[in-house]
Amino acid sequence: MGDGQAPRAPGSGAIDVAGVRRRFAGHLALDDISLTVREGEFFSLLGPSGCGKTTLLRILAGLDLPDAGTVRIGGADMRDVPAYRRPVNTVFQSYALFPHLTVRDNVSFGLRMKKLPGQEIDRRVARAMELVQIGPLAGRRPSEISGGQKQRVALARALINEPQVLLLDEPLGALDSKLRKELQVELAALQRSLGMTFVYVTHDQEEALVMSDRIAVMRAGRIEQLDEARRLYEWPRTRFVGQFLGSCNIVEAVVGELSTPGARVESAFGPLTVGEGTFDRAPGSRVTLAIRPEKIAMLPSSAPPGDNRIPVRIARLVYIGSETHYELESAGQSLTAYAMNAGGTGPELRPGDAAVAVLPPASLVVLED
Amino acid sequence: MAPRRAEEVRFGERLTRSGELLRSALTSGPGILWVAVFLLAPLAAVAVMAFLTRGASGEVGQPLTLQSFRRLAGFGLFGFDPLYPLIVLRSLLLAAWTTAACVLVAFPMAFFIARLPPRFKTIALTLVIVPFWTNLLIRTYAWQILLAAGGPLSRGASALGVIPRGGALYPGTFAVAVGMLCAFVPFLVLPLYTAVEKIDWSIAEAAMDLGADARRVFRHAVLPQVAPGLVAGIILVFVPAVGQFVIPDLLGGARTAILGNAIQQQFGPSRDWPFGSALALVGMAVVLIGLWVHARTAGEGQDLL
Repeated sequence: MGDGQAPRAPGSGAIDVAGVRRRFAGHLALDDISLTVREGEFFSLLGPSGCGKTTLLRILAGLDLPDAGTVRIGGADMRDVPAYRRPVNTVFQSYALFPHLTVRDNVSFGLRMKKLPGQEIDRRVARAMELVQIGPLAGRRPSEISGGQKQRVALARALINEPQVLLLDEPLGALDSKLRKELQVELAALQRSLGMTFVYVTHDQEEALVMSDRIAVMRAGRIEQLDEARRLYEWPRTRFVGQFLGSCNIVEAVVGELSTPGARVESAFGPLTVGEGTFDRAPGSRVTLAIRPEKIAMLPSSAPPGDNRIPVRIARLVYIGSETHYELESAGQSLTAYAMNAGGTGPELRPGDAAVAVLPPASLVVLED
Repeated sequence: MAPRRAEEVRFGERLTRSGELLRSALTSGPGILWVAVFLLAPLAAVAVMAFLTRGASGEVGQPLTLQSFRRLAGFGLFGFDPLYPLIVLRSLLLAAWTTAACVLVAFPMAFFIARLPPRFKTIALTLVIVPFWTNLLIRTYAWQILLAAGGPLSRGASALGVIPRGGALYPGTFAVAVGMLCAFVPFLVLPLYTAVEKIDWSIAEAAMDLGADARRVFRHAVLPQVAPGLVAGIILVFVPAVGQFVIPDLLGGARTAILGNAIQQQFGPSRDWPFGSALALVGMAVVLIGLWVHARTAGEGQDLL
């Protein structure tokens, strides 16, 4: 993991996790997790359910304890620090608001536990509620407000304590998709304006891409790849990462002649030119290539043959408004291609038509597995 | 709610108002009738009885007076005597003590049962209920035998020096305490267990995350969640405990008068039904006032917790 991160001395990040393991009733929920979350970044833990991301977050919060490994927050070892004394706060998936307290009392809870003077509590509560725009709800109880409002209350309740790191466990999971998209943007903007370190757990790859500076993709208790959001999407290292973040065509090939940069490979679609940069596979070895559907360009069948141009037949076509999704067939293999409906450009294609698909060499990514 | 019309569709059925009334009468009628005949009527009789006068040989008749209540308040034939106010107070204290002891015992039990694996949970709950399959009198006599002089528990206690050599745990305050606790604790365990079972532990985690240590997590995140069950249990224990007299009589040696046996005394040997009724009414009034105060403060009460 960690090619997006320069080597750092332990204890220099907002959070340093080293060699953390956690076993539940015979299954390894976390297997040797090490990562550093930088000061002030929006860091996401992304993965399918059961991959261990929530377990890792709970270990950071102190609500669960690792069987092995260390967790440092702000450089301090958290081994003997109970949850209620850690400099982090959590926004829970189900919000976990106190049902018997008003919105105001929910928000002020953390400060009251710290026994701050009443005046200061009032001042900070007012500011926190203004920050997430829930001022008018102060006197209501959680049962009397909507899901989106609950989410804001949960956020204010955590933020008011000014934690070194804010932990968020799928906070938008229960909301409808429109509200969710609005809040994604709002939450990311809030994080940037506060300069607070966020660790965000989600299974929604789009959500992670929209909000995060860096993302750790998790699978079966391990970190599959940790990188900046953009690099993770453009340069997935494994089939899993490529297919979990968006969709991905997989092309099996055998390495032919190496060139600088890139290489020629032999695939089921015929010879292809791959990539830029150094290509570290020996000629004759098998490689797996990935290409995003939107990187594949569609040309009419009359287009002249050329490098990485594959004759295809359109098996299916889904028109979704802004884009058209094509399912293509060539040499018994299928490929998916997305084309923006920009208007005028591109051929008018129907199922059964012949066409030419272009796989740009720079968009063919060599996977490790 | 939509404005009521003469005709409503419910469960896909069109129901006219008269049809609805008929249905209500058929379903709720028997229950209402039962309560009216067997609860409200006797209650009204007791209420009237309390204001009547006892004749020389125990017969009841005119005139209507407050005589019974005056006597109850302590102003009898021989000047002021706080006997009856003390009896009421003693009953309330006994009930309060019983309730407090039951709360202390029921809390750990409810949490323990709720944490058991489902199979053992059923067994544990059955064990809590099993005593009810036996008559209260039989259970109380059983305690007499267990706690009597020469019994294993009394011998153990005297060996430990808790009671004098050859002494007995029965009759006495200890026996009453044990008997009351065992008779009433299931009434608190069951509602409390139901509440504990429904606790949303993520709220407790949220409290801990926000800086509450174990004690404050319990106070601010767990107790408010079990409060409804706790209050229900307290009412279920306190109300009947005020009137309970079989256990104090049988295990306490029938030496102290409390509300229950005082009422029984008036209706039985003393043949003073008006005074017995007055005692019953006052006992009921005290409990009802307690419940009313609770209901009034329930809203804010949750914040106090």
